[in-house]
Amino acid sequence: MTSGTTQGATNGTTIKRDEVLKIAHLARLKLTEAEVDALSRDLNAILAYVGTLSELDTEGVPTLDHAAEAGDTWREDAPRRPLPRERALENAPRTGDGCFAVPKIIE
Amino acid sequence: MEPFAWTLHEARERLDRGEISARELTDALLERVARVEPGIRAYNTVTEDHARARAAEADARIADKQAGPLTGIGIALKDNMATEGLETTCSSRILKGYKPPYDGTVPARLNAAGAVTLGKTNLDEFAMGSSTENSAFGPTRNPWDTTRAPGGSSGGSAAAVAADMCLAALGSDTGGSIRQPAALCGVVGLKPTYGRVSRYGLVAFASSLDQIGPFTKDVEDAALMLAAVSGHDPLDSTSSSRPVPDYLADLKAGARGLTVGVPKEYFVEGADPEVLAAVRAGIDVLAREGAKVVEVSLPHTAYAVACYYLVATAEASSNLSRYDGVRYGYRDADAQGLLEMYMASREAGFGTEVKRRIMLGTYALSAGYYDAYYRKAQQVRTLIRRDFLEAFEAVDVLVTPTSPTTAFRLGERTADPLKMYLSDIFTISVNLAGLPAVSLPCGRDGEGCPIGLQLIGRAFDEATMLRAAWAFEAATDHHKAKPEL
Repeated sequence: MTSGTTQGATNGTTIKRDEVLKIAHLARLKLTEAEVDALSRDLNAILAYVGTLSELDTEGVPTLDHAAEAGDTWREDAPRRPLPRERALENAPRTGDGCFAVPKIIE
Repeated sequence: MEPFAWTLHEARERLDRGEISARELTDALLERVARVEPGIRAYNTVTEDHARARAAEADARIADKQAGPLTGIGIALKDNMATEGLETTCSSRILKGYKPPYDGTVPARLNAAGAVTLGKTNLDEFAMGSSTENSAFGPTRNPWDTTRAPGGSSGGSAAAVAADMCLAALGSDTGGSIRQPAALCGVVGLKPTYGRVSRYGLVAFASSLDQIGPFTKDVEDAALMLAAVSGHDPLDSTSSSRPVPDYLADLKAGARGLTVGVPKEYFVEGADPEVLAAVRAGIDVLAREGAKVVEVSLPHTAYAVACYYLVATAEASSNLSRYDGVRYGYRDADAQGLLEMYMASREAGFGTEVKRRIMLGTYALSAGYYDAYYRKAQQVRTLIRRDFLEAFEAVDVLVTPTSPTTAFRLGERTADPLKMYLSDIFTISVNLAGLPAVSLPCGRDGEGCPIGLQLIGRAFDEATMLRAAWAFEAATDHHKAKPEL
């Protein structure tokens, strides 16, 4: 990817109503009509602002996923006592047969 | 001075000398909470019975000469840290009533040290906000002026310390959520280096940025609290195995010999002139105390907020996918079918700002926009980090304002999300770079609202940062001012 295509994408983008609905579906949010309108407006304002990043030439700059020190994470693969089943289920909205219960999946 | 107004280290000395028991200290703090909490609303839950039981245990430890620095010390925890059997809500409807089946590492370490948890404090829902107004349970008020916000997202912890409703508190900081409310409430707030403190049991917002840290009444207390919660944790793969230094060893060594950098990009138009003047006066204090002051440049500062709102929301959209109404939290019981249940539960359970950030993050990660937004932001994150690494070749600590303004009025910024995001303009870069930073009281504006000065340290060099902080504090009286309540 060149920085040229990056600039084109961020400067030119505005998010339309049908796209808000698509994103909401991906995010598993069932928005109200009023929320769709408000979010279209807010997201466009925020995207215009974050689009200022396209001013920077980042050609060849590596990404930074996090600031943690690498190579630091090994531990013994020793078995530990797991959370007892009944405790794991304590906060569940619905349980059945010692499992989390959900609405019927297969029609 | 009343016991609730003591610093942690003063209380420690008096507990160890037998001048007061942990029971009496805890009662004094709980009475203080009962008196001032109705006007502040810092706590989501006050764990009175739990606190009294813990205080009795602490007294037994003190009698056995087994007391550590925190034994019998009344503290508050931000309500996004898992506490076994104690409700942990993140100030969200979706987690109302949730009682974790385990303690997070920080609450567990504090318990093991004998600290007395007085309650769980209010926050912006899932720590998303800069005013604590995004709480599903109503805002916390600033103890200095109850018509104003305490800052956020850890506004409850900041207000609880400022109002003497605990001796110290823990918060979490993803983009300024400890330092900005500390500044607005006139207390000390410290964000450790990323990886210094375990995140296990901290409800995840943006995992590459989140870090737990203390709110205290002075710098020595911050060093004590940091020491208590720092160190490697096998349950958090991002926690560092570097040994924890003795933060008290050189704490009072003074500013002589330190080089303090002043990043010119932080002293520009847009920030409140009274804030800039107070911070400049603070820099003069450090110079008088013997520090060498030099100007430095962090050229990518202007891009930090934009970078952050892509990185943090992308991570949040992923982290918050776990709230699906299946294993814990709110479920819309009337929804037909699994997909409808997910969507209806999340719609009813999340507040406006959380939805806004999930949407922005999902968009930034979605096909077609990933490179332009998320990947671009991660590249800019590298540039921001490099700025700091270069600056720290020549200086030991950086000094900046913590927040561009003092406490704003409740409701003043809620209509404009971007304006609220810019509240964190001076704190956000530090999270992106993974560095430690601390906010210190450095004065008050014409209306009596506190102003915060931020010191930023090298990664894993909290000790030098605290040394500079103590030197500043020892030469000033700002940290001794208390609100009238």
